[in-house]
Amino acid sequence: MCLAIPALVISIQGEKAVADINGVKREISLQLTPDVKVGDYVLLHTGFAISVIDEIEAQQSLDMLRQVLEIS
Amino acid sequence: MKLVDEFRDVELANRLVAHIHQASHRNIKLMEFCGSHTVSILKNGIRQLLPSNIEMLSGPGCPVCVTSTADLDKIIALSKFPGIIIASFGDMIRVPGSRSTLQKEKAQGADVRVVYSVLDALQISRGNPGKKIIFVGIGFETTAPTVATALVQAEKENLQNFFVISLHKVCPPIMKTILELGEIRINGIICPGHVSAITGSYPYQFIPSDYGIACVISGFEPIDILQTVDMLVSQIENEKYSVEIAYRRVVKPEGNIQALRLMETVFELSDADWRGIGIVSGSGLKIQKRYQHFDAESNFDIKIIPNSEIRGCICGNILRGISTPRDCKLFRTICTPEQPIGPCMVSSEGSCAAYFQYGVNVE
Repeated sequence: MCLAIPALVISIQGEKAVADINGVKREISLQLTPDVKVGDYVLLHTGFAISVIDEIEAQQSLDMLRQVLEIS
Repeated sequence: MKLVDEFRDVELANRLVAHIHQASHRNIKLMEFCGSHTVSILKNGIRQLLPSNIEMLSGPGCPVCVTSTADLDKIIALSKFPGIIIASFGDMIRVPGSRSTLQKEKAQGADVRVVYSVLDALQISRGNPGKKIIFVGIGFETTAPTVATALVQAEKENLQNFFVISLHKVCPPIMKTILELGEIRINGIICPGHVSAITGSYPYQFIPSDYGIACVISGFEPIDILQTVDMLVSQIENEKYSVEIAYRRVVKPEGNIQALRLMETVFELSDADWRGIGIVSGSGLKIQKRYQHFDAESNFDIKIIPNSEIRGCICGNILRGISTPRDCKLFRTICTPEQPIGPCMVSSEGSCAAYFQYGVNVE
């Protein structure tokens, strides 16, 4: 029910955007994430972007995990 | 899929599992509250990967499952009013009330439509000015802001035929209730990732502070969950409890300010009725007076006959984490995803449906 999936924002028009969800394009609402930019990944839940996904943070947390677990 | 596949890396998962085995010595119980976590844990076989001293429990984190029979009866009663269109998320239409389901009402002529988003319900309202559209508002903090947005939009457009029955619920009070009930000794909680994307991490502070229980906010991929378990084990073994975020790419400590503001504009905290638990004070979201003209409960005279819970169904115990679907006599015998008796089998995120689908080897 709280399911949400990553979507890539392709274009923005006002409070709406077109997003690419694993190859499928659909209109989404940006009313809950007004600071989104084209090229951002957002978390999509029932037609709304509810959060901007921090790609740098994603990479850093994976790098850090690998470091701690000593995977080269 | 980017930002998903990286968090399914097998080598990293194996290392994490090995690290958990090395670090975990105590017999502990961890509870995941969110239905999406339950599905991911069972689907990815995470329980079988963990050492036998770690027990994983599922909590009341599926909004469809926790909706009470009385609230379902209200929705079903609304569907019988003339000139009504009920717009609902798919799972809800199959959940049995005391005497019927939305699906059965639809078969008998009620206009019940499945929508993907509350925005679809708004669109139905615009296209059907002669009808009254009632959106079934269920969900936690993840979903409530989307409904708040729709109500603000409806106000802007002066839509006269759009209504919401707000059965939204919030997580922290029910977590507190489960801990207060004391039916199970929980050592660590896997906090819901997408609820926390909205609320941030601060609302969970009472869990380590008041109860001395480990608390980590998790994402939904296998690496996310294993990392969360690893962090919980570390808190428990070191007896240093705090709210940590493992899902940092999505969850900020302060949450989504815009979404929180919209929720506060439209909703206020109220009592809510939870299946298997009962009324929990301050655990629901009702529509504020200012937006009362959109509130289905204020605008329709809903009459329901006192209900009885479903005989033999132990969804209530399962939602409190004191029983598993395997303890239920109806599970897999007469209660199946095709013919569900209880709500935990209807919703794909219910414990029973997840056990049915993925839990063959889970003890």
